[in-house]
Amino acid sequence: MKQLLILSGKGGTGKTTIASAFIRLSGAKACADCDVDAPNLHLIMGQTSVPAITDYYGLPKAEINTELCVKCGICMENCRFDAISADTDYKVDAFACEGCGVCELVCTSGAVSFKPAVAGELILYAGEEMVFSTAELKMGSGTSGKLVMEVKKQMKSSAANAGLAIIDGSPGIGCPVIASLSGVDMVLIVAEPSVSGISDMKRIIEAAGMFRIKTAVCINKCDTDPENTNEIESYCMAGNLPLAGRIPFDTNAVKAINRGQTIVDIDCVSGRAVKDVFERTMKILYRQDNEAVV
Amino acid sequence: MKIAVPADEKDMDATVCPSFGRAPYFLIYDTSSKEASFIDNSAAASQGGAGIKAAQTIIDNKAEVLLTPRCGQNAAVVINAANIKIYKTEDESVKKNIDSFLEGYLAPLEDIHPGFHNHGEK
Amino acid sequence: MKISIPDSITMEKNNIKIAVLSGKGGAGKTLVSVNLASAAEGSVYIDCDVEEPNGYLFFKPDGVAEEEVSVDMPYVFQQACNGCRRCVDFCKFNALAYIINKLIIFEEVCHSCGGCLLLCPAKALLKKKKVIGRIQKGISEKVEIYTGILNIGEASGIPIIKRLFDRSAVYEDKPVFIDCPPGSACIVMESIKKADYCVLVAEPTLFGVHDLDMVYKLVRLFNKPYGAVLNKCIPGENPAEDYCTQKGIRIIGRVDFDSELGIINSNAKIAVRENEKYKKIFLSMLQKITGEVRA
Repeated sequence: MKQLLILSGKGGTGKTTIASAFIRLSGAKACADCDVDAPNLHLIMGQTSVPAITDYYGLPKAEINTELCVKCGICMENCRFDAISADTDYKVDAFACEGCGVCELVCTSGAVSFKPAVAGELILYAGEEMVFSTAELKMGSGTSGKLVMEVKKQMKSSAANAGLAIIDGSPGIGCPVIASLSGVDMVLIVAEPSVSGISDMKRIIEAAGMFRIKTAVCINKCDTDPENTNEIESYCMAGNLPLAGRIPFDTNAVKAINRGQTIVDIDCVSGRAVKDVFERTMKILYRQDNEAVV
Repeated sequence: MKIAVPADEKDMDATVCPSFGRAPYFLIYDTSSKEASFIDNSAAASQGGAGIKAAQTIIDNKAEVLLTPRCGQNAAVVINAANIKIYKTEDESVKKNIDSFLEGYLAPLEDIHPGFHNHGEK
Repeated sequence: MKISIPDSITMEKNNIKIAVLSGKGGAGKTLVSVNLASAAEGSVYIDCDVEEPNGYLFFKPDGVAEEEVSVDMPYVFQQACNGCRRCVDFCKFNALAYIINKLIIFEEVCHSCGGCLLLCPAKALLKKKKVIGRIQKGISEKVEIYTGILNIGEASGIPIIKRLFDRSAVYEDKPVFIDCPPGSACIVMESIKKADYCVLVAEPTLFGVHDLDMVYKLVRLFNKPYGAVLNKCIPGENPAEDYCTQKGIRIIGRVDFDSELGIINSNAKIAVRENEKYKKIFLSMLQKITGEVRA
């Protein structure tokens, strides 16, 4: 199975719009949405089958038994995450608690215990045509890195025979992005031609570089700022990063998305441009290491 | 000598697990007694630092060689500190890989990848 | 009836803290928070998006001073370590390993909880500081600018957020605009903890609604007063607006998509400083917010 990961560094660049178009164009039998903080891909994929949902447990969290608690305050004193507060009773803030175990360690009366905490849900749509794996983190939960691994694992085990998998990655450069990079064959970075878009793109290129995975860059909404678009292209050429193409801003794209369609389901300029980007990306994905990119 | 291999199931014909840190089981194979035992990998359920804990586990089980398809940076630090040699497995069963290793067909693992930093809450 | 919009606002509650959030990036959090801060006469702007801070690109602050932010990290005095392994067994994050008489500490996995330091019976574990990022303080016209930056690969930006609020507290009589990280994870919660009001920024798309829903739930959970700003509005249906109507979320501002604004923004310029018409839009938002909080 060849895995293509689509990343952006900054949010709102059009990653999911492009990922959904790629899925439609490639007929990929496996796809995943690794943006577990704010999954969006399922809104366009139009899955009609009932998904299988599994609880995802994060780190167990501390709980104080008020009957055993003698209110000595040692737990609060030692908690480095400000997760314990004292009102009429001593209480643990489940959002701030990182499950480190120090409160249990220092408690003089055995009043602290650890309870498993559901941090989110793993969601799997396993249709005949396609396997779509995603997840959603419960509010306030971290552990996005591990959940991303679970999303990919779920996809791979349900679609073992699929030749190509398209993965919609998460924005930023933190844990979930690093986790989504593991084991993929290629990364396509979606860049936006704005000062903040360029700054974020550079950070993600740096993060992806650490993994030495084949990387290419495409520029979305390229006509909103031709000068910045040129800057991105020069930057990529200077760094020997292949350019997969450019896609113009297109109000029809928004309309399609709002109707739950991909931009290649309707006839529009962004749809035609993304087809070129797709073809070039596939060439890079499937080329052998010693071939040059045309 | 004891050889450790990450396995998907408790079976000599099981596939080698693609992840070292989060493998469900490890096969510990003793070349002198020809005994194979499977141990649970408690690191699989960890939020983070799974590679580190998995490495500690195989060291505590006195492995001298590790056969694995890939290995993360943190786990490699632990494994190298214990002077354990790492070899790269092929896409086959646990048993076939042990045989290949004993016949001298497996290459040392060169490609150590950076960690995933999937540790707990933010 | 014509509503007259004053040229400037005097905040009745001077130190009002306004957090700007959205479910995901790209909705316009920075556009809104940077412009609100610029429109107010004298304010503080705090960029809590420590993984990808952007506000400073627009303000280009002067006189920037920097301060490192560090957390405590254990280090081992090997000679005192007797190999009891209590620390290895205790650590929930697997940051410690013991091999052939040596304790190894994995700093990037460590959460700085201090547990190992507490329980080492041989007192072989000591504390040291590890830099995880920095904060920068500068000024642009009448805006005091605080930027938080997390080093790549570090686990949590929360200590940086805490330092940002700690330092910016010196400005007791100015309104504070908090540019939050996207999403609804712990770091967002930390950013809105002290907020008096939350502005939810939404795009007029199907994605925008889904993401708006997330932050709506978050602000309700924290009992914060809130209002929505609809960004990038184009003629035609606006699913985010429909959602607000449905949930009874007050819409305190609307920014239409226009290519002039697009260019201003992509060139990292501040709209309210470029054109009066944008200043009016953001002043109107401010008035709606202070009108609401003035209880």
